[in-house]
Amino acid sequence: MVREITLGQFMPGKSVIHRLDARTKIVLMISYIVFIFLCKNFISLLIMSLFSLLVIMMTRISFMKYLKSLRVILVVIILTGVMNVFYGTGDVLFQWWQLTITTGGITNAIFVIVRISMLMMVSSVLTYTTSPTDLTDGLERLMKPLTLFHVKVHEIAMMMTIALRFIPVLLEETDKIMNAQKARGADMENGSIVQRVKALIPVLIPLFVSAFRRAGDLATAMECRCYNGGKNRTRMKVLLFTAVDLTALLFCLIIFSGVIVSNCFFGSFATV
Amino acid sequence: MAVIRTEKIRFVYGAGTSFEKTALTDVSFEIESGEFVGIIGHTGSGKSTLVQLLNGLLRPTEGTIFLNGKDIWEKPKKIRNIHFKVGMVFQYPEYQLFEETVYKDIAFGPKNMGLDDDEIDQKVRNAARFTGLREELLESSPFELSGGEKRRAAIAGVIAMDPDVLILDEPTAGLDPLGREALLSQIADYHKVRKNTVLLVSHSMEDIARTADKILVMSHGQKVMLDTPEYVFSKVRELEKIGLKVPQITKIMMLLKEKGVNVDPSVLTVEKGLNEILNLLSDANNNCSRL
Repeated sequence: MVREITLGQFMPGKSVIHRLDARTKIVLMISYIVFIFLCKNFISLLIMSLFSLLVIMMTRISFMKYLKSLRVILVVIILTGVMNVFYGTGDVLFQWWQLTITTGGITNAIFVIVRISMLMMVSSVLTYTTSPTDLTDGLERLMKPLTLFHVKVHEIAMMMTIALRFIPVLLEETDKIMNAQKARGADMENGSIVQRVKALIPVLIPLFVSAFRRAGDLATAMECRCYNGGKNRTRMKVLLFTAVDLTALLFCLIIFSGVIVSNCFFGSFATV
Repeated sequence: MAVIRTEKIRFVYGAGTSFEKTALTDVSFEIESGEFVGIIGHTGSGKSTLVQLLNGLLRPTEGTIFLNGKDIWEKPKKIRNIHFKVGMVFQYPEYQLFEETVYKDIAFGPKNMGLDDDEIDQKVRNAARFTGLREELLESSPFELSGGEKRRAAIAGVIAMDPDVLILDEPTAGLDPLGREALLSQIADYHKVRKNTVLLVSHSMEDIARTADKILVMSHGQKVMLDTPEYVFSKVRELEKIGLKVPQITKIMMLLKEKGVNVDPSVLTVEKGLNEILNLLSDANNNCSRL
């Protein structure tokens, strides 16, 4: 059951999006986040949504996978959507006790819902199509200027790589330990909340112990190979900025300018 | 009477998803009460899935498992009782220790069964004795023990539930030869004293040959055979076809027989093989002196 979480899972493939340089994808995703919040009217929101759907289709990963990533934050989406319906200005459509629904509220709710869902799905595009190593490599390269301020960029990137790498390992381990404790009669599905939290102890303690053991083993193994990160270290896979990346950048530039143009010409509907 | 009977069980991992994978197909067998059964098979042959089905951790996609004549999934809400009746020791069980003291950890199972303190105390001490854990270790932290002692403590935690059927998945993996030997003979002793049913999953043909009354051979999610060790290990060709071997000593005796030496090729343990060869030599000596 723990294995069903798809958030942040790499799915190998050969699509154009897969082949893009990790740096390009990171930069574009960050600018995408900025621009989806800059959308002021339905036209720009439509441009951005269509663009996201196009990118999602280009990854050639089933749309169900993206919907699944939405399921994780479904509560957040519904909650913010409902809240926004009641906080808005404009024509009153419905009023009962303290609650008023206005046209502005509904517009805001639609904007918030679309924005959060698109945000989640497009971030999934990044994590689905970029292997964890490429991702941290890309981040390391992008953060390189920070070394001037004595930020240990390489170390941070290494820690991220290791953390990502061990997520599936730890999930599998959790599964095993849960089974072992269930076999000894641990009851994790029934009982009050307090009882269920208590029932987690037999799972969490072995899990922590094993995580520390793995970390220790890994550190020893790295030291044995004289690992010495950072300077003068070469890479097995060098990130390459190619014509595909340039095309992608230009294409996104056009889309993003479209958003700005539509913002200027068609006024703003949303107040959030 | 058969303590465990399976009827055409089939198990599919991730049924209904794109990762669907059939682990077992049409497995039917019976295990008599009090038998010591070895389960062998190549990696991925479905051994581990099978044992998890037997103690109710997994539910068969199709087919039925009977424990003492009753379908174990008759009342899905009461499946915990099956966990208590069919004790399961997983691979590398020492990684599941979590309590402050070894005593408390062994008592985890009996406590979940809802026994009173006196009964728990008795079961914990019995289990510790069966697995050869020294009394003074019971009050120390499980994380201070040596690897072998941890393994024993974890196995004791399952034995303490007094299961009718005890399943051990590769209990000797990662132990040194002496530790293996000791643990196996302790399990065999436990089986003799308690007279319950023991299922032992193992890669080591030697371990199985020495301890088991019967052997269940699995390959590609199917039962190949369930029979006595003598019979199973006489089917060298079938075993080799599915990537399994016979015990080394049996192989040697078979090769000797092929070369025309008059030995019994169904010998399964080194001790018996040694006797066989010594007998042969003394016979030969007698013949020589007669000439």
